[in-house]
Amino acid sequence: MEELLSKYKTVKTDDVKVWFKAASVEAFPIDGGACVKYKDLQIAVFNFSRLNMWYACQNLSPEKQEMVLSRGMLGDQKGTPKIACPLHKKTFSLETGENLNGDLDPIAIYPVKIENNFVYIGFSE
Amino acid sequence: MKKVIVVGNGMVGYKFCEKFVAKEGSETYKITVFGEEPRPAYDRVHLSEFFESQDAKALEMAPRSWYEENNIDLVTDVRITDIHRSKKTVTSANEKEYEYDYLVLATGSSAFVPPIKGVEKEGVFVYRTIEDLEGMLAYAVKVKAENPNARAAVLGGGLLGLEAGKAAMDMGLEPHIVEFAPKLMPRQLDSRSSQVLQLKLESIGLNIHLSKATNQILGDDGFITGMEFGEDDKLDVEMLIISAGIRPRDELGKTCDLEMGVRGGIVVNNKMQTSDSNIFAIGEVALYNQMIYGLVAPGYDMAEIAASQIMGNEEALMPAEIDMSTKLKLIGVDVASFGEPFMPASKGHSVIFENKTQHLYKRINVSLDGKSLLGGILVGDASDYNMLHQVFLNGMAIPEDPAQLILPATEGGAFGSALDLPDEAQICSCENVSKGQICGAIKDGSCEDLAGVVAATKASTSCGGCKPMVTDLVTETLKSLGKTVKNVICEHFEYSRQELYGIVKAKKLTSFNEVLDACGTGQGCETCKPVVSSIFASLYNDTPNKEDVTQDTNDKFLANIQRNGTYSVVPRIAGGEITPENLIVLGRIGKKYNLYTKITGGARIDFFGAELNDLPAIWKELIDAGFESGHAYGKSLRTVKSCVGSTWCRYGLAESISFAIELENRYKGLRSPHKIKGGVSGCIRECAEARGKDFGIIAVEGGWNLYVGGNGGATPRHAQLLAEKIDNETVIKYLDRYLVYYIQTAAPLMRTAAWLDKLEGGIEQLKKVVIEDSLNIVEDLEKEMQFLVDAYECEWKQAIENEDAKKRFNHFVNSEDRDDNLVFVPLRDQKMPKLWEKDVKGATL
Repeated sequence: MEELLSKYKTVKTDDVKVWFKAASVEAFPIDGGACVKYKDLQIAVFNFSRLNMWYACQNLSPEKQEMVLSRGMLGDQKGTPKIACPLHKKTFSLETGENLNGDLDPIAIYPVKIENNFVYIGFSE
Repeated sequence: MKKVIVVGNGMVGYKFCEKFVAKEGSETYKITVFGEEPRPAYDRVHLSEFFESQDAKALEMAPRSWYEENNIDLVTDVRITDIHRSKKTVTSANEKEYEYDYLVLATGSSAFVPPIKGVEKEGVFVYRTIEDLEGMLAYAVKVKAENPNARAAVLGGGLLGLEAGKAAMDMGLEPHIVEFAPKLMPRQLDSRSSQVLQLKLESIGLNIHLSKATNQILGDDGFITGMEFGEDDKLDVEMLIISAGIRPRDELGKTCDLEMGVRGGIVVNNKMQTSDSNIFAIGEVALYNQMIYGLVAPGYDMAEIAASQIMGNEEALMPAEIDMSTKLKLIGVDVASFGEPFMPASKGHSVIFENKTQHLYKRINVSLDGKSLLGGILVGDASDYNMLHQVFLNGMAIPEDPAQLILPATEGGAFGSALDLPDEAQICSCENVSKGQICGAIKDGSCEDLAGVVAATKASTSCGGCKPMVTDLVTETLKSLGKTVKNVICEHFEYSRQELYGIVKAKKLTSFNEVLDACGTGQGCETCKPVVSSIFASLYNDTPNKEDVTQDTNDKFLANIQRNGTYSVVPRIAGGEITPENLIVLGRIGKKYNLYTKITGGARIDFFGAELNDLPAIWKELIDAGFESGHAYGKSLRTVKSCVGSTWCRYGLAESISFAIELENRYKGLRSPHKIKGGVSGCIRECAEARGKDFGIIAVEGGWNLYVGGNGGATPRHAQLLAEKIDNETVIKYLDRYLVYYIQTAAPLMRTAAWLDKLEGGIEQLKKVVIEDSLNIVEDLEKEMQFLVDAYECEWKQAIENEDAKKRFNHFVNSEDRDDNLVFVPLRDQKMPKLWEKDVKGATL
């Protein structure tokens, strides 16, 4: 389990070595999320259309180690965009990965870019 | 370890235990309690409620398990017969001997039965215990069978007598009150207020006979047939309830030579000690200041003093002056008196307001200088009691014109805010909680709301009379701290659900973003999104397929998420009726997709462990076989449970299965603030447990009884009777109205039971709205329900027929692969998800 968590590390835009072409923009629901498979990783990608922003984070809930975050609900807490885990509504900042309503470890956050109507996720390896 | 024996397990005996175990150091004492009744202590103050609920458990002060958890030995159904002071032991009726270091006598009182000729006849009862009530109930059934217009008289027009009169009324007997004095409640009321009370009680059907001395009880063959007051002055009655006062149960004191009062009662000092310093007496057996105090609050105070004294706190002493103020609801009529209710003209002046047309009477007595309040009486409307009582207790200043204190509604009232009271003002006299404790619990941050304060301080948990004032104090304190008391949905909407429902409806908004732009701020969140979705569903019957990203995960995937991220599948099996062929279909599908299978509490079949990717395929097979969504995942109608009724059952009075199926099919898919469950029972044996549901229907001779607002869950609640002996059509009409009214006005995630609790006026108000149409809305309510019923579509059928809608069930957006993180382990020939890591230790399978 520790091993599973340790696979997910926040990647800063400056450290991106691989921009992975995930899927077309239309594959992601408006103001919702979907899960992308990259090697043996599961990444939740969110089309926060109300903010005109895209976000990506680990799909793994750090609370119970289940692959569910992409199925959660988007929202904001005092302006910070967040995702709520569908299992127990733990919420995480999509900017920093910080757990906003508890003291769970932060989740890993990945950079996203849109080019030619395709969604790319940045990885460092 | 020191031994404390408590004789008597009534309200005061119980309170002694509660106060004792809450004290530091109490673990070095062992408490043994003896009660002669078969059940643990119950709330005798609310005894007449037993006739409505017939549920003895609901009156319990604490369940038997409470005594165990607190290491108290509770021995019920055993009477203590002797005290041996020299060897410090007591013996019981079954001749066992128990040692004590301290003995607490809380034996209470018994009903006083005057020595009237014929009083031993069958059909003469006293009004004291649940057993007395059960005896009356059984006897009432018997006499009603012989004479449907049978009468019951109550001897005694005091407080308890009037309660007994209500009991007689509730048993369906014609009630008569017979009082020796020329007025009702002679100890608490003056003549004028007593007349007002009499008018009110007569208007609701009580027959009142004053200044009557009963000479003898008439009867044949040992059964009562009437009462004789004088020559040619008789009253024919089939039953008599005696409520002519109480006598202390002091026989234990007599037999061991404790100091006794001339007219009974065991004499105690202000430490609650009897003439033997190791023996204490509390409650209605104790004679303190030459008085027996027949009220709960002084009894509780005595329990506290005795507990403190035994624990060595010598400073805890009973005050010399005991407040005998009371407020109660008698048969729905407020009656209260406080301080000095009757006052000689030499001590002060009275201000009296009387309105016989509305059965109102208010009297206050003020000092000769007009500066302080000395006491008063309220009949018909006691809403000012709490404030007046506090003004009296704390010697607060009163207005120059004291009439303002009782005149009907002046602007803002004459009292100002409850916060003006001094901190030491005692708000809850039963539990002895001060204003400072209530407000302090909010101010120091330990409590956030009324429920928290009540749990932490116990204020208002006993008689409940101070509840309005506690509520005010909590609300006012929160306001003074700048906290919103308004029930808003979340940071994005400054509205309650009911207000938002109105806005969405009026502005005809149809998407979450529209609503947010129209009346919210920010981007929304996991709290407001499902609320708005539920409002859309209730208004337009929009299924979650329309806007899936604002749905809770269960609604989004039309399935219940389980702890490993897999889902469960529950097809509708209306009324629990299923053919063998359909059972085989379910068996085949469960086997094909390797699903863990179980029968649910709602009498249907639940498949677990379905992977997201498989949901559309599983549902396609179910729908092809004729099944539809069971909405087990939604805040919506779940099931209408049924017994087999007259279809098969030899006791059944009506076809409960057919009706349950009809109702389940009518309300299926109905989205609401919380889940809704129904039940239909074919007779009063109630095998469908209908009264534990949000709506429950029970067949009786002449139609159906309709109950509403019940639930199981964390706070189980029996549903309350909305209408009696109505036909199928009327049941549906009332249900339509009730359900839409609930959907429109409840807070998010509020079940009908909690909603009904919060509804001002409760079930009576609901009857007015739903049956009498007091708000003139039933036509709209029915129309809205009919629209929703007509607009119903199976949302799973919609989902599998639409390729776009189906896309959301793929685990990955860029791969056909499944979630490889899922691990199942075997369990009794089926499977279950691997345990969560922290749960593995100590797990038992």
